[in-house]
Amino acid sequence: MSAPATPAQAAVAAEPPVHRASLRKRLVPYWLLLPGILWLLVFFVLPMIYQASTSVQTGSLEEGFQVTWHFQTYWDALTEYYPQFLRSLLYAGTATVLCLLLGYPLAYLIAFKAGRWRNLLLVLVIAPFFTSFLIRTLAWKTILADGGPVVGVLNTLHVLDVTSWLGMTQGDRVLATPLAVVCGLTYNFLPFMILPLYTSLERIDTRLHEAAGDLYARPSTTFRKVTFPLSMPGVVSGTLLTFIPASGDYVNAELLGSTDTRMIGNVIQSQYLRILDYPTAAALSFILMAIVLIMVTIYIRRAGTEDLV
Amino acid sequence: MTDKTAGGDVRLAGISKHYGSFTAVHPLDLTIPQGSFFALLGASGCGKTTTLRMIAGLEEPSTGTVSLGEREVTHLPPYKRPVNTVFQSYALFPHLDIYENVAFGLRRRGIKSVKKQVEDMLELVELGQFAQRKPHQLSGGQQQRVAVARALVNHPQVLLLDEPLGALDLKLRRQMQLELKRIQTEVGITFVHVTHDQEEAMTMADTVAVMNGGRVEQLGAPAELYENPKTTFVANFLGTSNLIEAEVLEAGGSDVLVGSADARLRLPAARCSTTPTAGGKLLVGVRPEKISLVHAADEDTVAAGRNKVRGTISASSFIGVSTQYVIDSPVCPELEVYVQNIERDARLVPGAEVVLHWNPEHTFGLDAAQDIDAGIETVEEGA
Repeated sequence: MSAPATPAQAAVAAEPPVHRASLRKRLVPYWLLLPGILWLLVFFVLPMIYQASTSVQTGSLEEGFQVTWHFQTYWDALTEYYPQFLRSLLYAGTATVLCLLLGYPLAYLIAFKAGRWRNLLLVLVIAPFFTSFLIRTLAWKTILADGGPVVGVLNTLHVLDVTSWLGMTQGDRVLATPLAVVCGLTYNFLPFMILPLYTSLERIDTRLHEAAGDLYARPSTTFRKVTFPLSMPGVVSGTLLTFIPASGDYVNAELLGSTDTRMIGNVIQSQYLRILDYPTAAALSFILMAIVLIMVTIYIRRAGTEDLV
Repeated sequence: MTDKTAGGDVRLAGISKHYGSFTAVHPLDLTIPQGSFFALLGASGCGKTTTLRMIAGLEEPSTGTVSLGEREVTHLPPYKRPVNTVFQSYALFPHLDIYENVAFGLRRRGIKSVKKQVEDMLELVELGQFAQRKPHQLSGGQQQRVAVARALVNHPQVLLLDEPLGALDLKLRRQMQLELKRIQTEVGITFVHVTHDQEEAMTMADTVAVMNGGRVEQLGAPAELYENPKTTFVANFLGTSNLIEAEVLEAGGSDVLVGSADARLRLPAARCSTTPTAGGKLLVGVRPEKISLVHAADEDTVAAGRNKVRGTISASSFIGVSTQYVIDSPVCPELEVYVQNIERDARLVPGAEVVLHWNPEHTFGLDAAQDIDAGIETVEEGA
């Protein structure tokens, strides 16, 4: 008689630990989240709150700053610095388009045509990261120096006449012009465009190209109707990864530009570190964030990537 | 559903394909008659898919020409050929819905009003209500039908099918075989079907070309190939054959007499793929379902004039409609016999002494100089 009872007894005895184990199991995701959440709390959320409060303070460095809910700072910052905002968006936008135009063919080549050179080419794409951002940008100062070979060639080919007409350069100078800043931005953010493009292109089944060819699509049509639409996730993430940091960048404008090419990043930097007007600097940061957020939201809605597999 | 362009035959003249030093397809001549359902059958790596891709224009032949009707298309890119393919993986466009997938070819040819044609085609493959779905929302069988519809809607001169049923489970595959056969009869377009499944090839095709090692081993109607294999590869690859190594005792008449161990077997000279000479060797083949099995005690009931072989049952497996026996015999250690389960003899269990007998007409002879095991278990082999 005792034999059939044993499993039931065992089950009763085992119940509390089973319960505890399932609770522990349910808590696992939270434990895994904890380090990340703590990190973001300390290094993102708290500074954001601090900045938000700074942006509505008034006062001076000598007398100290007080929270006075002075929202006027936002309006003043926007009216005073809107040319720099517009310039930032224009430069970042131009650099993003250039990155796409340069990066897409390269990513396409690496994904479909490189064969055994694929990994080497990918390493070359990220190779610039092995040197400091600052040093690479300074190198561009030498490359684009007045009277240097690049300027000479561009001058001989009359490229500078065209860029000058577009307002991108002045006379026979490239350094300290919008062109130099856009070139610097394009150069520095190109890998951020190529890598997501490559990832999404590489995922495309090449049999789809064959299928399109089989269904009377010439290679150019295959690209337009199959390859490009399927690479849209890469185009979207590449443009975002380029445009967002580029619009807040100040190093390129600082090193390769002039006072006429100041971007919003430069303004924020000098408000913080030179003029020491913290409320205006904080307000400018929030305005930039808001603009980028709105533009990105509209862009993602329009691109409709959630429809893609 | 009549085609405006009179198709004409597909003619391959001396086409071959090399990849470096590897020859995927040896020079091959093949004529596929217009309107036929033609199967290229073989194990993976036998060159069947390469042959198909050369017809599609996805591979350029190393030598030889491909003609569709009177027109030579050897160097035409795929998008200029009146040929469409149903790919092994279907290769449906994941970003387009079913309707646009099917309309793709029509739109590329600049046809403006595609609605009617696309809808008719979706009706033909019974997917009308799925037009707005994306490919990943369909099951494997439905995707397969979309792939067929997407190719057929263009009224190609030739439809190429590259293992189109490979990814489906057995039941669905059987169903799709009949479905494809029905569609082919309905539209009357030449179908060239590549498969490694001999049953699939035999069920669907009018003509089957068995390929092995980049060459066509034998070509013919399914029944013809099955009944009269010309090589051991075909005999073993298409169904199962019992091949017995034998010595020719008498040749020259309409019948050939051969001997193997203690057995004396007859076969029609017309069914030998070589010319047997007395004293020479011959591989004698018989299909397992042609053989009858009686217990050794009933040997006298076997009619005179039938080929007889003695043996012992070494294994039996009951599979419903029939029972499959493996017989250990002096002429061959593993003779297979399929017996219909009409009246089962309870004495026929492993260990029992039996007599195998069959009509000599059902015996075929093959050249003994070949590998007797060619074509066995080659299906899973990669190359």
